[in-house]
Amino acid sequence: MSENAAYDIVQAARSQSKIDSYTLINGVFSDFHELHGDRLHGDDPALIGGVGRLNGRPVTILATNKGRDMAEGQATHFGGVSPDGYRKAIRLMKQSTKFNRPIVALINTPGAYPGVEAEYGGQGEAIARSIQTGLGQPVPYLSLIFGEAGSGGALALATGDEVWMLEKSTYSVVSPEGYASILWRDGKLADQAAAKMKLTPSELLAAGFVDRVLPEVTTPETLSALTTQLDLKITALAKLPVAELMAARRQRYRQF
Amino acid sequence: MPAKFNGLDKSTLAKRMDKIPSDLYVTCPYCKQSVYHQKLGPFQECPHCGYGFRLGAAARLKIVTDKFEAFDAELAVDPALVDDQYAEKLTKAKQHSGLPESVVTGMATIDSLQVAIGVMDSNFMMGSLGSATGEKLTRLFEEATRRRLPVVLYTASGGARMQEGLHSLMQMAKVTQAVTAHGEAGLCYLVVLTDPTTGGVTASFAMEADITLAEPHALIGFTGRRVIESTLHIKPPADFQRAETLLANGFVDDIVARSAQKATIVSLLKLSQGGA
Repeated sequence: MSENAAYDIVQAARSQSKIDSYTLINGVFSDFHELHGDRLHGDDPALIGGVGRLNGRPVTILATNKGRDMAEGQATHFGGVSPDGYRKAIRLMKQSTKFNRPIVALINTPGAYPGVEAEYGGQGEAIARSIQTGLGQPVPYLSLIFGEAGSGGALALATGDEVWMLEKSTYSVVSPEGYASILWRDGKLADQAAAKMKLTPSELLAAGFVDRVLPEVTTPETLSALTTQLDLKITALAKLPVAELMAARRQRYRQF
Repeated sequence: MPAKFNGLDKSTLAKRMDKIPSDLYVTCPYCKQSVYHQKLGPFQECPHCGYGFRLGAAARLKIVTDKFEAFDAELAVDPALVDDQYAEKLTKAKQHSGLPESVVTGMATIDSLQVAIGVMDSNFMMGSLGSATGEKLTRLFEEATRRRLPVVLYTASGGARMQEGLHSLMQMAKVTQAVTAHGEAGLCYLVVLTDPTTGGVTASFAMEADITLAEPHALIGFTGRRVIESTLHIKPPADFQRAETLLANGFVDDIVARSAQKATIVSLLKLSQGGA
């Protein structure tokens, strides 16, 4: 991909005009109830958890949260999730199995929060358990990347039966700035890094990391189209016998 | 000044210096004390603070196992994922480590106990998690599940392998699935976290074991110190990602010196054989 095209998508994924998590949740789901806390230590606003309905069907909703303004951005570390957030997700993933609720994860995070307290709280362990718990729940699980999806902090919620992306979103092992600074020792080469990294939806779809790319959500019509597609997929996954669902999920991640 | 100090010219001094091996003394990376090399002993431990010097996979297998038979010894990264810059890195890593990838896996006996064992090697691209690394580890857990054997894994890694992009990230999910299936079969997975264990390895299979041991003062964390410093403009405490801190915070079962590891591993595995 050309430098401009790839880096344009990186910037669009990070843009202030990108739909925020609460607007997306309330647009797609009805009867949304936010459920707070990890029952172990705290409540991380960078990870929204809750239940609601997708075209009438009860679902568990998990979403990273960059915040709608500066104050919320600071509280959520601009979408950088802490261990408490991943442990909230783990708690709700397990609960989804009890009530046979499919899981929909909405992802827009630059990565896990790089803080000292997060390290003390076991950031690595929390992400590892979130990956493991998500992979293991015998309910339909769909991950939608709608902005940035950076590294292990994104993968924690991106181990669904399918992983989808909006047109102006990215998914990568490290930010383009990080890639350029680690491999080329010059963080300013982010545009060249973005072009090389294959982090855009079309490239990831072609490589098989992503199952579908959907139009950017900017209007009531595009939001409604997304809702319809999510509902169709969850309905199809819910019809599969559990053994088949789990075998397909295992195969999806075994192939890499 | 006495005459005996005046007689040597610079070239004579240089010749004498050349006869003294430069590696007679090493500095402990943890306590910074100078150590006469031979004092490190067979386990390569600092006599002052107990820090275990970084070991390659072959040296590690030698001190932990009695017999070892490798799996997938030639398995390496798919050439389709390798560009020129990465190829150069791989060549250097192979020369530096003598290995085709960042992990060695196989079957071993430890004091007559059969185990599946994996040892990561920080000499190979800082033990980074590439797709071949992940494949070898996945097959290790799968084979251990088939043979109903416990898994012992020594981690050492800087994290994901940037050059492989999402192929690297996906290894975290792939290995995790194999760990889960092994665990569901009632089999024991014991990990020993060694210096350094960070990034995507910490955020996956390093933190998924039944029994989590660590070596003294090993650096263990997710986000690297430099990333935290440059993102938040703060200086984390000196020991914030050391094994002792993880033990205090509840993320490690115990810290075990190398000299005691073999006996500890065998004992713990024998206590964990009753699974379904």
